Amino acid sequence: MNIIVCIKQVPDTTTKVRVGKDGKHIDPGGVKFIVNTYDDFAVEEAIRLKERFGGEVTVISMGPERVKEALRMCLAMGADKAIQLWDPAFEDSDPYTTALILSKAIQQLPYDIIFCGKQAIDRDTMSVPVYLAELLGLPQATLVVKLEVDPNARKFIAYRDIEGAKEVIEGLLPAVISTQWKLNEPRYPTLPNIMKAKKKELKELNAAALGLDSAQVGEKGSRVKVLSMELPPPRSKGKILKGDPREVCRELVRLLREEAKVI
Amino acid sequence: MTFQLTEEQRMIQMTVREFARKEIEPIAGKWDRESLFPEETISKMAEMGLLGMMVPSEYGGAGLDTVSYSLAMQEIAYACASTSVIMGVNNLVCEPLLKFGTEAQKQKYLVPLAQGKFIGSFALTEPGAGSDAANQKTSALLKDNFYILNGTKMFITSGSHAKVFITTAVTDKAARHHGISAFIVEKGMPGFSIGKIEDKMGLRASDTTELIFENCRVPSENLLGKEGEGFKIMMAALDGGRIGIASQSVGIAQACLDAATRYAKKREAFGQPIAEFQGIRWMIADMATEIEAARLLTLQAALLKDRGLPFTKEASMAKLFASEMVNRVAYKALQIHGGYGYLKDFPVERYYRDARVTTIYEGTSEIQRNVIAKLVLSTED
Repeated sequence: MNIIVCIKQVPDTTTKVRVGKDGKHIDPGGVKFIVNTYDDFAVEEAIRLKERFGGEVTVISMGPERVKEALRMCLAMGADKAIQLWDPAFEDSDPYTTALILSKAIQQLPYDIIFCGKQAIDRDTMSVPVYLAELLGLPQATLVVKLEVDPNARKFIAYRDIEGAKEVIEGLLPAVISTQWKLNEPRYPTLPNIMKAKKKELKELNAAALGLDSAQVGEKGSRVKVLSMELPPPRSKGKILKGDPREVCRELVRLLREEAKVI
Repeated sequence: MTFQLTEEQRMIQMTVREFARKEIEPIAGKWDRESLFPEETISKMAEMGLLGMMVPSEYGGAGLDTVSYSLAMQEIAYACASTSVIMGVNNLVCEPLLKFGTEAQKQKYLVPLAQGKFIGSFALTEPGAGSDAANQKTSALLKDNFYILNGTKMFITSGSHAKVFITTAVTDKAARHHGISAFIVEKGMPGFSIGKIEDKMGLRASDTTELIFENCRVPSENLLGKEGEGFKIMMAALDGGRIGIASQSVGIAQACLDAATRYAKKREAFGQPIAEFQGIRWMIADMATEIEAARLLTLQAALLKDRGLPFTKEASMAKLFASEMVNRVAYKALQIHGGYGYLKDFPVERYYRDARVTTIYEGTSEIQRNVIAKLVLSTED
């Protein structure tokens, strides 16, 4: 099988994010970047399919020079090839243009299945996999927690958790699958595989190589623009209720209903 | 000079960090309290290649350099010092087998050790021979293709869990340290038994035991190197081992600093977080500075080893400084925690106990100073 995984490099969850000077971006200074958590499930599932059915796993990421490190991590996990998509014109791409750029790269490759993490933990838009499937004219299953693939029948069965129930979808390959955290347990790269990752192919493609012109991508091509960015207000101190348990409970319910408005 | 890690070294550091923080740190406290050997985690580490990091791939290892090993040790020790000592000793056992072992010995012992199929240990110390290692009493007599070993070894890391022990014994008493030989002893050889399991202050998830040799029959093909090379073999391994303990010290110290800063930012006294008080800030500054110095000394020694340059002095300096440093840092980290630091509820109490042994094993601070002084005095006019 030819398996493609789209990944994103995002700030580490433990990084303290600050808003940059322009008020529209995060300040990248001192930020540690990692492979998006949900993409790890995508890479793992891809490698498992390869181990089972044979074939090749290609990881693709759009982003500047630093994303090479994220791609190398995926190669160390067991992917075979990597492609970095970057051009200064790609700066400030929204989810739609990001999907457009990814789709152009994917159209140059043979593919049977495409994996994406269900969302990136930085912007959390959850929309790139959906746009991507539409742009490629492919079936899609999002937030998949279990997947069965039959490469001979060219079919897949995807299980999704929905509110209070489980949904099972059958579809034709090729398809776009977005991965949710219960799908598998991503492996740690072994140390020898980390060393081998350096020798694997990592290709760079720019706008011209993808047949894109700068008006279609980046801020110009985007449908969504970031106007400003600010940190959430600091959390106010908690309230401690004291006294008779019965009264405390009553007061708690009242506060949850009237003040916090959560029940 | 700046110490620039290669891309692979950074990836190894990140991978091991993630593994240690997710798979080890959350349970290290329980292992410590209940003296549980982290068997399952050690096999996961074996799969990742952490148990034979510097062994070439043809012998089942990860084929990495000492700098990578140091980085990995720092990350594992950050989460659990006990786990890092088990890892360190196994890596240490691989070295003399690689350097002095015959091809048959390498196939039989080095390959499974590097793959972590079983773990190994190092049996040098005796009740009456610690720093004075040449004064050991365990004897080995060659008789009909077997060496007959008699004696007791003490403070043996992983003693009850290891399958293979690189063991020293005297083959020629008159030759003093040139009369010591090294043997590969397997658990289960007739006359070999595990003695007392020590009840230690720290590193409680790693077992430390006595080994008893009572007419223990070791096949003559299990002699490592030549007769009389035992001391040389052990000392060569210990140089590398010192980089391991220096790395372990840096890892524990970093855990102390992170715990202390986390606590200092949250804990309030006199109306503000204690991290706002100059007394605390200066302690944190000193801790961070000392850790950085120790880390650089350690990586420098590792780099010299990787380049095939003499590194004995630098390894001793790194071990001396880092082990003394982690004790100062653990003291301050506990002090910053106040009374809470004295409770088992906070991990800093474990760090403090685990740190203590670093100035003692793999050569005490005093032995390191002897090594350093000897080399400084012999090279400078």
